[in-house]
Amino acid sequence: MSDTHAHSIAFVRDTEIPPSPPPAGETGAVKWLRENLFSNAVNSALTIASLLVIYILLSKTLPWLLNGVWTTSSLAECREVLQGKTGACFSVLTERWNQLLYGFKYPSDQYWRPNLALVLLLFAIAPVLFFDLPRKLLAFTAVYPFLAFWLIWGGTILAPIVALVGFAAGAFVFQTYGKSSFAVGFFGAIAAAFAVWIIGGMLIPDGASDNAMLQAVPSRDLGGFMLNLMLGVTCVSLSLPLGIALALGRQSDMPLIKWMCVVFIEFVRGVPLITLLFVASVMLAYFFPPESTVDLFLRVVIMITMFSAAYIAEVIRGGLAALPKGQYEAADSLGLDYPQAMRLIILPQALKISIPGIVNVAVGLFKDTTLVSVISMFDLVGMIRGPILASTEWNGVYWELLGFAALLFFVVCYGISQYSQWLERRLATDHR
Amino acid sequence: MSTLTDPPNEGFRLSMLINDTRYRSLTFQVIAAIVLALCIWYLGNNLIQNLRAAGLNISYTFLGDPSGYDINQRLVEYDSQSSHAKAALVGLLNTLLVAFLACITATVFGVIAGVLRLSNNWLVSKLMAVYVEIFRNIPVLIWIIIIFTIMTAVLPGPREFRGDNATSSMLFDAFAFTNRGIYIPMPWFENGIFASTAMNWLLVLAGFAGSWIAAHQINVWANNKQESTGVRPKTTALILAAWLVPFLALMLIMGLTWEYPELKGFNFSGGIKVGGPLIALWFALSIYTGAFIAENVRAGIQAVSKGQTEAASALGLRPRRVMNLVVLPQALRVIIPPLISNFLNITKNSSLAIAVGYADITATLGGITLNQTGRAIECVLLLMLFYLTASLTISMVMNVYNASVKLKER
Repeated sequence: MSDTHAHSIAFVRDTEIPPSPPPAGETGAVKWLRENLFSNAVNSALTIASLLVIYILLSKTLPWLLNGVWTTSSLAECREVLQGKTGACFSVLTERWNQLLYGFKYPSDQYWRPNLALVLLLFAIAPVLFFDLPRKLLAFTAVYPFLAFWLIWGGTILAPIVALVGFAAGAFVFQTYGKSSFAVGFFGAIAAAFAVWIIGGMLIPDGASDNAMLQAVPSRDLGGFMLNLMLGVTCVSLSLPLGIALALGRQSDMPLIKWMCVVFIEFVRGVPLITLLFVASVMLAYFFPPESTVDLFLRVVIMITMFSAAYIAEVIRGGLAALPKGQYEAADSLGLDYPQAMRLIILPQALKISIPGIVNVAVGLFKDTTLVSVISMFDLVGMIRGPILASTEWNGVYWELLGFAALLFFVVCYGISQYSQWLERRLATDHR
Repeated sequence: MSTLTDPPNEGFRLSMLINDTRYRSLTFQVIAAIVLALCIWYLGNNLIQNLRAAGLNISYTFLGDPSGYDINQRLVEYDSQSSHAKAALVGLLNTLLVAFLACITATVFGVIAGVLRLSNNWLVSKLMAVYVEIFRNIPVLIWIIIIFTIMTAVLPGPREFRGDNATSSMLFDAFAFTNRGIYIPMPWFENGIFASTAMNWLLVLAGFAGSWIAAHQINVWANNKQESTGVRPKTTALILAAWLVPFLALMLIMGLTWEYPELKGFNFSGGIKVGGPLIALWFALSIYTGAFIAENVRAGIQAVSKGQTEAASALGLRPRRVMNLVVLPQALRVIIPPLISNFLNITKNSSLAIAVGYADITATLGGITLNQTGRAIECVLLLMLFYLTASLTISMVMNVYNASVKLKER
């Protein structure tokens, strides 16, 4: 057939033409620009407006950042070096670096102690955050709080050891008796721990801290970003178990316990943190036994822990409520009692659902630790507003200091939220 | 015939208190009640002993004493001879003022940023993402201080507006941005119907309420007409008239004039002065909370599945009606609850006013009054009571709203 036609037709193409490239406006960067930045008039206007905003921001900040002076010892000197040009006096950061990080009273020859505590914190927290790591590392996590306490506050090593032994005794009692009856194990553990603490407390001789291996540092000497980190880490880790207990209490069938939890949670969530800090600074002392001296740091930790526990409890309650009812019923039908059902079935799933919420609370709490500057504790913001901006050398260096504080908080908080997103992906078991 | 008998009556054994589910919850509650009572007794006992040792008592009579301090920013009459209770009231109104203003602007910022973050425009959506991340991850206290610093350190002082070669000038000769605050023109009535200014403004408010009712009635009428005839009458002009005519008439009758701020001596006088602390707190709270609201708005819009929009278009609805009738009602159900809890956060965060010296209730009652009288317990309790009332009121409103928009399921 084709043979006959081949004679009658003058020309037949027997090879395909190579496809010609798409028009210049439909490829590569140009296409991307057209689709994403200039798809219509409104979009183009928005693009130009954004470019303008970015240009204004950069033209103001870039010269300021790039001309920064890092090596002068006062604002006047720094202005001399700059000679009227725009530029930042970052030298306030280098000169007051230690004050910003540790406060102005922590003994300067002891800075290695909080530094070491921070490094060890990373090791202690790693197995909690990344559960692919060997579980045996958790042993160090358990010891860490006592080690960190000893490192930062110094003084006699006997106090943290007694505290640790108390917890160990409690854990041992719970392991032994908790299998047969949860209640017996639980209350027995509390009793054992208190027994150890009271006996141990009597055994520590008076003045043990006087010539201890590490020089004792009173809490009022803590400050700077270290104080923010300490408050954040301590209060979040203390408020997690408390929050779980409150959430379970709020779900309880026992009216009295339920209402105790509801009143506590709603009360704490209804007032601003600052009023709770006022309670810590001016009111809480009235509720401790006369002649006892509970220092401000501990009082603040108590109030912030209560505060974040109430929020975490609400997040976990959401997780508990989100679990299908079948999970509760399945646990019952397996014959598990309440503590077993909670530990083995309900809480692992509810906590997993609650992770984003818990991380939100943790980030919020860490940001809220700056509020302690209002009750005259010298955390990072307190240091900047107090001793540094009030000093004659650096009176008026606002942007460098506030920008530095903002940067530190941004790095930590953004890091935490990125971790939470990673964890969510990692824990996603529903294959959607 | 039956060999089954009742199980032998065992009687009550002590171990049943913990092993028998019938009694166990009772046991636990009794233990909890005892522990709670012991705690309260212990704390109360300590309190009484400490107060006795310090020679104090709990009494609220100090609220009637003259306060002895001045407050710059105030909505009601107040001077240093007024009582502490009056100072607390001034603070309370200031808290409500800044919270109200910040709620409105935060919503505006949040909605704009949330919608723009979903924009097809790559640059705009990235810019909004940067805004949200930066503001969410830096403490609000730092933002308040930064904006207050801008207010006090960057804006010019009133003296720079003076003279022939002044370095600063007023915007449109009506607005002055100084480091003592922002001065804006004040509207007032030349021949008001009532003697007091407040009553005149209430009249304007009443006029707006009337307009709202009229506009609503026009809508109802148009709906009825559409139901019966199938043609919707044009209502745009009518509604516009319902809103504008009463307002303009009132303004004309009462003779609205503007009082412009003027430089007199070392400072501006006339007009309305909005203090620097108020501006800093207001703006910082709105822009910080706006970032959170933006995330809620984005989540709410994304929660409406695309099929809904497509189905609505398939029914022949025009884009605006798709938005109004299909997407928004569903998105709002997701957006509103977190939005209201953000309003709650604004109210609570407004207590940070103390950091910039804005006289809210925390700064008056919990700050100066507390320090002057030394009545720590009473002041902090009153402060908590106020915030608790405000929070519970807002969350009650939220629950009512939630119940009304909840999906009606069987």
